[in-house]
Amino acid sequence: MSPATEERIDFYPTHEADGVRFRRGRPLPFGATMVPNGVNFSVFSSSADSCTLVLFRKHEPRPYAEIEFPREFRIGDVYSIIVFDLDYETLEYGYRFSGPWDPATGQRFDKTKILCDPYAKVLGGRDVWRAQPDWNDIYQHRARLSFDDFDWEGDTAIEIPTKDLIIYEAHVRGFTAHASSKVSAPGTFAGLREKIPYLKSLGVNCLELLPIYEFDEWENNRKHPESGELLLNYWGYSTVGFFAPKAGYAATGNLGMQVDELKNLIKELHRAGIEIMLDVVFNHTAEGDQRGPYISYRGIDNRTYYILTPEGYYYNFSGCGNTLNCNHPVVRNMVLDCLRYWASEYHIDGFRFDLASILGRDQNGAPLSNPPLLESLAYDPVLSKCKLIAEAWDAGGMYQVGSFPAYGRWAEWNGKYRDSVRRFIKGDHGLVGEIAERIQGSPDLYWYRGPTASLNFITCHDGFTLRDMVSYNDKHNEANGEWNNDGSNDNNSWNCGWEGETNDPGVNALRRRQMKNAATLLFLSRGVPMLQMGDEVGRTQGGNNNSYCHDNALSWMDWNSLEKEKDLLRFFSKLLAFRQAHPVLRGNRFFEHRDYVGSGNPDIGFHGTRVGQPDWGGVSTCLAYRLCGKHAIPQDDDIYVAINMYWDGLPFQVPAPPAGKSWRVAINTSMRSPEDIFDSEGGPRVDSAEVIVGGRSIMVLVA
Amino acid sequence: MNLETSEANGIGTARLEGSLDGKTAPEVREQLRPFLAANSKLILDLTKVDYLSSAGLRLLLLLYREISGRKGKLVLVGVSEDIRTVMSHTGFLNFFTLANSEAEAKQAVA
Repeated sequence: MSPATEERIDFYPTHEADGVRFRRGRPLPFGATMVPNGVNFSVFSSSADSCTLVLFRKHEPRPYAEIEFPREFRIGDVYSIIVFDLDYETLEYGYRFSGPWDPATGQRFDKTKILCDPYAKVLGGRDVWRAQPDWNDIYQHRARLSFDDFDWEGDTAIEIPTKDLIIYEAHVRGFTAHASSKVSAPGTFAGLREKIPYLKSLGVNCLELLPIYEFDEWENNRKHPESGELLLNYWGYSTVGFFAPKAGYAATGNLGMQVDELKNLIKELHRAGIEIMLDVVFNHTAEGDQRGPYISYRGIDNRTYYILTPEGYYYNFSGCGNTLNCNHPVVRNMVLDCLRYWASEYHIDGFRFDLASILGRDQNGAPLSNPPLLESLAYDPVLSKCKLIAEAWDAGGMYQVGSFPAYGRWAEWNGKYRDSVRRFIKGDHGLVGEIAERIQGSPDLYWYRGPTASLNFITCHDGFTLRDMVSYNDKHNEANGEWNNDGSNDNNSWNCGWEGETNDPGVNALRRRQMKNAATLLFLSRGVPMLQMGDEVGRTQGGNNNSYCHDNALSWMDWNSLEKEKDLLRFFSKLLAFRQAHPVLRGNRFFEHRDYVGSGNPDIGFHGTRVGQPDWGGVSTCLAYRLCGKHAIPQDDDIYVAINMYWDGLPFQVPAPPAGKSWRVAINTSMRSPEDIFDSEGGPRVDSAEVIVGGRSIMVLVA
Repeated sequence: MNLETSEANGIGTARLEGSLDGKTAPEVREQLRPFLAANSKLILDLTKVDYLSSAGLRLLLLLYREISGRKGKLVLVGVSEDIRTVMSHTGFLNFFTLANSEAEAKQAVA
């Protein structure tokens, strides 16, 4: 600190109460900010009568001081104060607000409640995952201070071009909680860090984490009526604090060092060339509906933070009890502040927005044509290089796949990609035309936005795993304790002849082939592919398609599978390498279906079992196409793909290879390992004019 | 928290005893200030440190940055297994040279 700073007048307190010295603060920024000699606390409420800052020492049941903000400490609707002599490490702070209790007008002030700061950057109270909380504690989720002084050295966001991304969707705890992970701290950020070499060897370059904002795993906890298994909120789609990382995900959470541990993970991921994307939940909070707890927002400014019915109840567009009022200007700024904070302070490379359509609703819940929040995020100077990906629907009936307000920036989870590829793979008719669109990056949906608007996936955390998709016709969610009523019924899955696990070699061989078919389509399609944790080693949830409440082996990655499923893992890692080796698979632009470089072939040309004769008919289950490498940037090989989703093998006429070259087999899903996939330059030569593509198989040739 | 310092052959050694946390770290920082100014090669002996909090780790990194800025060298001795694990999880470990004994540290710091 320079002497000049020390001589500032505001270095010294002007007030004292309850043994604490303080002075008037600054309204911005909101939250708790370390300033010379003290901490500036600032919080907003539009309709409270008064506000009290409540100070605790870490883990103590009662506060050691309560300071009511003097009238002159409020500017507009913002209360701010600088407090001196605080122990930054052991301080826990909260607020009490007094104001009207009038639910009919949406006001639910209750001065008996201690509320956490909406801008809290560290939250205590659930420091260790699954540790039984003290339910009698008067302040459950305790705001703490963050140093925000991490030594990043040269690290920054990686900015991998979107067209080159390969996303791996994983759950922090589920990735290494299983004993087979053999990491030093299972189920934590630190444990995940030890698995970076695995991600690297698999070939992904972006890790998308299920929610890591502080949530309460004990929310709605219950025992399964039959098994007695403790069911928790394992997924974490229920935010307690938007600015705070989940303490229970840190091995050092009990020491309050989750911020450093997460940042260290991110730094190491970046060092390995892997981006990090967060699954963020801004559509609702953990406070539920009128029966839910007071955590923060409800007691600070209920009418501002939530979309309410005319009677003062909570609209439930999220399916989780309440709806965050995202397009209220104050809440909009909070979301913006939050994402800027994560992008700048944590070097996050991108965000995937859960039920993002809610972010496009107005303060009454009606869809907006030009939602200010989405526009602000798209044009924000700090977020300008972050990937923004929308789950383009909500639980209130909005479905915007293909029409989400994009501003040239937003990409979408392409639910139509998932649905049509699943149906095509299981042999449904009438899909060849649609599959041709999906392979090209869905120009039918995103013609004005380009293929990188399409986040392609076949499975994600929500639904069947890849293996279960080929092993079950129906969901089997009995373990969730809701009589199999939860989870989607619309799975487009096929069990290949037997429901669930079997020893039938024919069924198992077919399942293996179907998994490879799905993966091949995913990684050959234009757009951004996303792989779900464990699909590369055939992870199963026993047919459970909604494992949100299972903190157990049902949801966890079993690392023994790496050995048991080494052939499948080999297939995936070679497939990912194949995509990265071939720029013709990853363009930024849509195909033009013409030859604009004079190579003699169009950039993409469709075929059927005969060259130049694609069968778009209603009962067709076959499609072939050729990508011309001369149209790629940089120039690449030609790639020919023959897809046969008919049950029996069929001869496909092969188009002529480029002059002076021969086709080589790159992938043939009908073959067993190691002849199912070869290195990027291809395997055996194909000199014949025809190839037999096995039933329900895909053959890829390269020349 | 106790702090004991000594100097020999251009190498400063500081031995800490007790807990290094939000309360004691600023005190240690103040006490070390003149010693640090006089020594650019420093051995920090933590054998008798039973607890190192977030603020304690931050003090170590602060010292590291200050000494590195003067092209000096900092070596830590006697970091317990528990503390080492926390330092590894949080990334602090990457910055430091660790030694098993003061004798080993003297070689590393030279």
